[in-house]
Amino acid sequence: MAQNPTAGLGAGAIAEARPPGGLARNPITRWLRANLFNTWLNSAVTLIVLYFAIKGLWSFMDWAFLSAHFEVDDTRVCREAKEGACWALITEKHRFILFGTYPYEEQWRALIVIFLFIALYVVSAMRRFWNRRLALIWAVGLFAIGVLMWGGVLGLRYVENERWGGLPLTLMLATFGIALAFPLGIALALGRRSNMPAIQALCVVYIELIRGVPLISLLFMASVMFPLFLPEGMTIDKLLRAQVAIIMFAAAYLAEVIRGGLQAIPKGQFEAADSLGLSYIHKTGKIILPQALKLVIPPLVNSFIGLFKDTSLVLIIGLFDLLNSAKASIIEPKWVGFGVEAYVFVSIIYFAFCFAMSKYSQELEATLARGHKR
Amino acid sequence: MSTAATVRPASSDQPMIEMRKVNKWYGEFHVLRDINFTVRQGQKVVVCGPSGSGKSTMIRCINRLEEHQAGEIIVEGIELTNDIKNVEMIRREVGMVFQQFNLFPHLTVLENLTLAPIWVRKVPKKEAEETATYFLQRVHIPEQAHKYPGQLSGGQQQRVAIARSLCMKPKIMLFDEPTSALDPEMIKEVLDVMVELANEGMTMVCVTHEMGFARTVADTMVFMDKGEIVETAPPKDFFANPRTDRAKLFLSQILGH
Repeated sequence: MAQNPTAGLGAGAIAEARPPGGLARNPITRWLRANLFNTWLNSAVTLIVLYFAIKGLWSFMDWAFLSAHFEVDDTRVCREAKEGACWALITEKHRFILFGTYPYEEQWRALIVIFLFIALYVVSAMRRFWNRRLALIWAVGLFAIGVLMWGGVLGLRYVENERWGGLPLTLMLATFGIALAFPLGIALALGRRSNMPAIQALCVVYIELIRGVPLISLLFMASVMFPLFLPEGMTIDKLLRAQVAIIMFAAAYLAEVIRGGLQAIPKGQFEAADSLGLSYIHKTGKIILPQALKLVIPPLVNSFIGLFKDTSLVLIIGLFDLLNSAKASIIEPKWVGFGVEAYVFVSIIYFAFCFAMSKYSQELEATLARGHKR
Repeated sequence: MSTAATVRPASSDQPMIEMRKVNKWYGEFHVLRDINFTVRQGQKVVVCGPSGSGKSTMIRCINRLEEHQAGEIIVEGIELTNDIKNVEMIRREVGMVFQQFNLFPHLTVLENLTLAPIWVRKVPKKEAEETATYFLQRVHIPEQAHKYPGQLSGGQQQRVAIARSLCMKPKIMLFDEPTSALDPEMIKEVLDVMVELANEGMTMVCVTHEMGFARTVADTMVFMDKGEIVETAPPKDFFANPRTDRAKLFLSQILGH
């Protein structure tokens, strides 16, 4: 491999003497010359990559917009056209995808629930609400969400939770999943480092056991096996069982992430806290955890994003979350074969939430780092 | 004195710290051998000795950052046992300054100083902040209150660490090589603060290699080697006429250059 292709042309010495990018005055031209067209080989690679990029982008634009059908009376139009997306599926089925089997005329309630969840996320993201008010806001928000989803009061029709579905269900599983798995994960991580052998063993067994099985099998167990152990006549609904399985699963992973952070805290911090007479609770809550959690923000958010998407596995026990609703929307013979459109649609929704989480975590890291550099 | 009772009545001539036949092992390694050691109110003890001699381990036993396996340690009339309540009670009265400062990097200087008084002593926040400001003045850095530890120099950090301990109004201060991690030009500012503290009558136990400081401040020198207390003497005698060969060797090594 030639390290410096220009050398082969006999002009190496001259080329190297010049500043990178030559003498162009325009900074963009200079940058292009310095980075993309500095050698013949690079120029060729740049042009080839550019060709495929433009071609790919053009095909996508053509498929998604130019040749796409946004509204059709009969899906045969889409089938005959062959090229182009059939967004008519989304036009017709978006309410089913977004809200699942929630009663059609009550779906405005589910829509409000989506916005309530988003509002709660936004409020929680703002540091000025990081105090007792936040707990109150969540309590009120979740109460409102419960009232809207179930109904049965204030003249709202009662909707049993077998009929819940779509995005509200996904948000619900993810929100409660994160909100409850996180503290449980902290407790497990602390327990695993405890001096008390019984507690330590319990946490190790829990973490290793749960981490060792796929989430799907946990969900199956929750939905099929668990009811067998309950006394006759007693039932716990399927949604709750799935939610508990998700929380238990995520907590085991989060525990290990958090333990990583705990291990990174220097021994001196524990000793300084001890020497001041701080109790275990204060030492952990005021000194150790704030530092440990800050260190593990990236892998923590990684786990949260994973959890958000893992909620889609509830489809295997027959819950109609966002992904399963999308899948169900193309069962009808008329729409069979338009899976790509449905999946692109839900992917955009998943992406929006996950990307927001990712962006927020980057910002949080930056703000927290600004105050105290080590 | 009865050895059965855990809590003894305090009296003026009763020692603040009493170690009797204290032994400690790290696995097979015998770190502390039959340590007998007493510190009375207002006494300033400087502990010296070659590295690995058990000096740090000994003073870390006083607030139970290390556990001893045999013998007894009585601080402020309370015997150190596994009882966490007793340990916390003693730690409240015994301040400690570490070689590596160990400030809390996620809290401002002021928060570092007020945390323990607020949560351990249950002092109201405003009062704790006033105390903190007072001690920051005492260590000559009142202007740094709202900075984070990472923004301060080593000498400033160590002075904050001293102030942090003082905010708990301790009866005894332990110093574990407080100047060993500092750049030479910052050692003096920390030692000055410690001298001032000594002049005010604070009971101090200090592990240090700063022999100049020992000469000015200490009323007792303790020389340790291989886990034993080899010599205990007033600094004048210790520096002029060390009784043992080990102490002579040590002094010739650190004062020789």
